[in-house]
Amino acid sequence: MTEMTEPDGAAAHVEGVANVTDNELVASIVDGIEGASVTEHRYASSETIYHMVAVPVDSWVAAVSAAKERGFDSYVDLYAVDHFAQAPRFEVGINLISMEANQRVLLTTRVPYDAPSVPTLTDVFAGANFYEREAFDLFGIDFPGHPDLTRILLPDDWEGHPLRKDTSVGSIPVQFKAGSVDL
Amino acid sequence: MAGVSSEPGFLLTTLEKGVNWARTQSMWPASFGLACCAIEMMGTGAAHNDLARFGMEVFRASPRQADLMIVAGRVSQKMAPVLRQVYDQMAEPKWVLSMGACASTGGMFNNYALVQGVDQVVPVDMYVPGCPPGPQSLMHGILSLQEMVMDGTIRNSTGVV
Amino acid sequence: MTDATDRPTDVNGDEHVDETSETIVKTVEETRRDAHDIWVSGTEERYPFAGSTDEGAQEMLPEGDDPAASIQQGVSVDDDYTSEPRNDSEERQIINMGPQHPSTHGVLRLHLELEGETVRRVKPIIGYLHTGMEKTAETLTYAQGSTNVTRMDYLAPFHNELAFSLTVEQLLGLEVPDRASAIRVLMTELNRVSSHLLWAATQGMDIGALSMMIYGWREREVCLDFFEKTTGLRMNHNYIRPGGVAADLPDGWEDDVADLIVAVSGGLDEYEELLNENPIFLDRTMGVGVITPQECKQFGVTGPMARASGIPWDLRKSNPYCGIEQYEFDVPLGLHGDVHDRYTVRMAEMRESLKIVEQVTASMPRGDYRSEDRKVTPPPRKRIDESMEALIHHFKLFTEGIKVPEGTAYQSVEGPRGEVGCVIVSKGGAKPWRMHWRAPSFAAVQALPVMMTDSLVADVVASLASADPVLGDVDR
Repeated sequence: MTEMTEPDGAAAHVEGVANVTDNELVASIVDGIEGASVTEHRYASSETIYHMVAVPVDSWVAAVSAAKERGFDSYVDLYAVDHFAQAPRFEVGINLISMEANQRVLLTTRVPYDAPSVPTLTDVFAGANFYEREAFDLFGIDFPGHPDLTRILLPDDWEGHPLRKDTSVGSIPVQFKAGSVDL
Repeated sequence: MAGVSSEPGFLLTTLEKGVNWARTQSMWPASFGLACCAIEMMGTGAAHNDLARFGMEVFRASPRQADLMIVAGRVSQKMAPVLRQVYDQMAEPKWVLSMGACASTGGMFNNYALVQGVDQVVPVDMYVPGCPPGPQSLMHGILSLQEMVMDGTIRNSTGVV
Repeated sequence: MTDATDRPTDVNGDEHVDETSETIVKTVEETRRDAHDIWVSGTEERYPFAGSTDEGAQEMLPEGDDPAASIQQGVSVDDDYTSEPRNDSEERQIINMGPQHPSTHGVLRLHLELEGETVRRVKPIIGYLHTGMEKTAETLTYAQGSTNVTRMDYLAPFHNELAFSLTVEQLLGLEVPDRASAIRVLMTELNRVSSHLLWAATQGMDIGALSMMIYGWREREVCLDFFEKTTGLRMNHNYIRPGGVAADLPDGWEDDVADLIVAVSGGLDEYEELLNENPIFLDRTMGVGVITPQECKQFGVTGPMARASGIPWDLRKSNPYCGIEQYEFDVPLGLHGDVHDRYTVRMAEMRESLKIVEQVTASMPRGDYRSEDRKVTPPPRKRIDESMEALIHHFKLFTEGIKVPEGTAYQSVEGPRGEVGCVIVSKGGAKPWRMHWRAPSFAAVQALPVMMTDSLVADVVASLASADPVLGDVDR
């Protein structure tokens, strides 16, 4: 398991900006959660700051619930990433907003290939329902506790999970069928 | 005009022409708008580029009342059986116009999710290229199809008389 | 001596003798999955694609069997709003609506459980327009990315391109010139107007005001003419790219925009005159399709739908981008969260957008329309003949593409349907490792049960139209 530490000298896109940044609020989400790390990012062409918080999967529901309690009660998005060669393989991220504090936080977690299972967030945010189904459909990540974990975008009898990196994009070679047109 | 004796007589030829004329002048499309091309199709039917002046007065929701199926947009693997079912429900004579690049060949999306050309699922009479084809292109395609029906070049989409 | 059990027979009517002595009984699922007996007029042919349109586990099951029944009843969010469901399951019936139906919101399929005329459960079945755009994005360079992304929400292509370009610029650490930002604001606000005009047309048509459908396109054509003049295309423009915009505004654009504002404002006045006090329209929209603020927050519903419920959140005000904070505009809010409030909010938003467009026109800065960074935007064509560097930059950009440093970024803009966002995971290189799209319509479709349950079937169409889903966004 790779150790997650605070990245050194923030990435190239973080610049010193004055405005709305509330590191304390975000740090309080991960109070008591071990192995969490927080990075700060800024929007392009904008002064907006947001944070990404990486937590281990065992504290996934706890971290998201803590965020919700601290005011991040607006659900925005849930997505999955397949890092393939970089273990742990799958990443799941949730995007939340606190409208009162005008803050955004992206909480992420990683799960390995042989146990791609992330506890469901449908009890915390009702909106996670379709998004977790999509992650299951396209990546094969399991969400135990989800009320209706079926495919959503692909036909029900589809085999495989197309957005995984070991599945090809499925393009077919262009067939130049000989044809003639009487003009 | 070829030898008269081998062709049907004057009355039948005129009747056939009359039937073809009637078919082209009120060819009602079935609404099968899928994606971006559907927006341009709706724009073609709206006031600015009025499709009703060519007889396509209404877009029939029920395929049983429609003559022309304009497949406007990208057909995904999940949609293909639905497309075929709607096509089969249309009564003869019926024609299919494949609108846009995605319907004709899969367009820019050469991947697992799309049927690479709607002619894998239904027989197509007219292909209209574009991404999306503007109203003028679509009208050109529809009018060319109407011309072909008028000439008798196409009887109906399956070629069966 | 007749055999009561059905034995499978072949074409000649001969019975097959079973190898096993048991009767072959097909399960319900197997029977449903077989190809339908389609009445094919005139021919017995069947192409290999004539599979079943049954979607198996994705469909709605009778209440006792369906594990997600409470979600479909629209009671999954605690918002102090209760309803008393009757438990007469024998009187209920599951009907199918779509994916091909005349309410022109695309290929959305709804399973409705009806009790008479009242809807008790709703299950949206999506995926009929799934194009694999997120997978395709991994095969395209960043300059090609906006052609892919622009076709997601095909009614607001500029917003899609803007979200994608801003996310790439966030990873690059690139700031675009002021003129480029102002052009971006101009085009996206005009796009908001044209998208809301189309919404007004389809909403009117679905409610029954068919004139809205015919005339709503008139003003939209004026906007599309301007888009065609500037970008070359009426839709799916590929104009806003990482680094700026693709081309400068054409000569005489100020006059075109001024004429556009006059034409669209006039059209809006006419539509409001037609609908605002029309008793049928008011009856069909007031109190229909209500969504509460708590439900909006739980489901991730943003944009005019959330603002109509009273949530004062607009990304242009809270997370301003592209210099939009320098323009004065209001953000209309509703109170009740019903269809009528969404109508008022969108009509007012169009007028506010026109205000912004006027201000942008008056204060358009001079300068470059795209960044000077030659690692991102190609040099002008004439420079290639003069300078070796320009030639090399051009070559690298068009053979390899823009190289983006490693990292993960998210950026969102306020689209006509809500928050349009893009997550890009880059591992260095010219193509994104993963691009995820935050689609506003996906959340709206998920929230349909709470809007439609315990109301009439006729209100289903009105609510769906007011949610303004674009299936290209939902299914990607």
